[in-house]
Amino acid sequence: MSEQKKVRLIITRQEGPENNSYVEEFELEHRPNMNIISALMEIRRNPVNAEGKETTPVIWDMNCLEEVCGACSMVINGKPRQSCTALVDQLEQPIRLEPMKTFPVVRDLMVDRSRMFDSLKRVKAWIPIDGTYDLGPGPRMAENKRQWAYELSKCMTCGVCLEACPNVNDNSDFIGPAPLSQVRLFNSHPTGEMNKAERLETIMGDGGLANCGNSQNCVQSCPKGIPLTTSIAALNRDTALQSFKNFFGSDKM
Amino acid sequence: MAENREFMNRRLHSLLGVIPIGIFLIQHLTVNYFATRGAESFNAAAHFMESLPYRIFLEVFVIYLPILFHAIYGLYIVFQGKSNTKRFGHFRNRMFLLQRITGVFLIIFIAWHVWETRVQAAMGAEVNYDMMADILSSNFMLVFYIVGVLSATFHFSNGLWSFLVSWGITVTPRSQQIATYATVVLFIALSIVGMGALLAFINPDLANI
Repeated sequence: MSEQKKVRLIITRQEGPENNSYVEEFELEHRPNMNIISALMEIRRNPVNAEGKETTPVIWDMNCLEEVCGACSMVINGKPRQSCTALVDQLEQPIRLEPMKTFPVVRDLMVDRSRMFDSLKRVKAWIPIDGTYDLGPGPRMAENKRQWAYELSKCMTCGVCLEACPNVNDNSDFIGPAPLSQVRLFNSHPTGEMNKAERLETIMGDGGLANCGNSQNCVQSCPKGIPLTTSIAALNRDTALQSFKNFFGSDKM
Repeated sequence: MAENREFMNRRLHSLLGVIPIGIFLIQHLTVNYFATRGAESFNAAAHFMESLPYRIFLEVFVIYLPILFHAIYGLYIVFQGKSNTKRFGHFRNRMFLLQRITGVFLIIFIAWHVWETRVQAAMGAEVNYDMMADILSSNFMLVFYIVGVLSATFHFSNGLWSFLVSWGITVTPRSQQIATYATVVLFIALSIVGMGALLAFINPDLANI
């Protein structure tokens, strides 16, 4: 029998949010159809590094395991992506795993993506339908528009586009591509449209839409293929019109 | 309005880069191009620009103030970004980095260029073909000017592409792609004009015409 194939992992680790990061190497037995999650599970089962020394298990975040929740995002061989769909056989070895450092690192590969959820609240990324009485059915949405909007709704707040964006970092308070695209999604909904101006005003504020530098990294790296730069350009048009309305117009909306 | 200061500054920055700075760049390169017809043609064209009425107001409002705002706010934008072309090496991300590199270089180049020509003129020097021929007789300055002019034509062409996106004119990927082709053509055309003028200043045959 031929010698067992090995998988080499170089993982950037960090004890906690305040600690310095360090690199630790691991060597695992190769199994067919392995993905990064199953490799990390193997380390968790037997936390021994490549030098044969016992170590703490590597911490990471995961949930759905089918690339719809966005929790397991990390930087794999330099590219931010989901670790559940990163197949070991398709990756160049040694495989380098790093946390998405655009976000605060909780521990090892686990990051805190709270800022994205705060952004969604900030731009009111929902359809307000609650009232003290039955508001009745809203206006209908055309089927072709629904199909188009579905593509934008695939966003899973995974944080890959923020990690890829050169303008999202600690020198800038740019909100990032994902919540901007959600503004376009909810502004195009017949009921959501009723709060269109409010959402546009929000992204015209500090750290908003105007911070985009058009590097287009977001659209290149989005795992769901969301047309993020098209959303941004469309919002550029909407906010330009909104600013003209605000300045020259008299009707408030 | 006041609460949207950043939004307004960004849009103003984008607009000023095209109008009036971009228009001025084209006009400036066109006047320079008269040098390819000889020293006398260039001197006549430069003299015409010099003798425009209320020139100082034109200079202040069409050139100095817009360029100052564009340069200072542009530098602020540069410091907000963290380039990552090593990890993401596709075309637009490289343009993003190049736009910032040329922008910073242009601050140095334009500062020097204004000192060497406009400030010297204010102190009594005459701006003419001989002045430029004299400056460009040094190989170092020739290279400095070639890089400076190419930076300017690139920064303007690529900036025009960003302007079209930032103002929501080109929204679809297809229109942005076509805008890329159009601005590449513009970059090449303006660069030919700019280089033609620079080489004309070091051509001894043209100095006496």
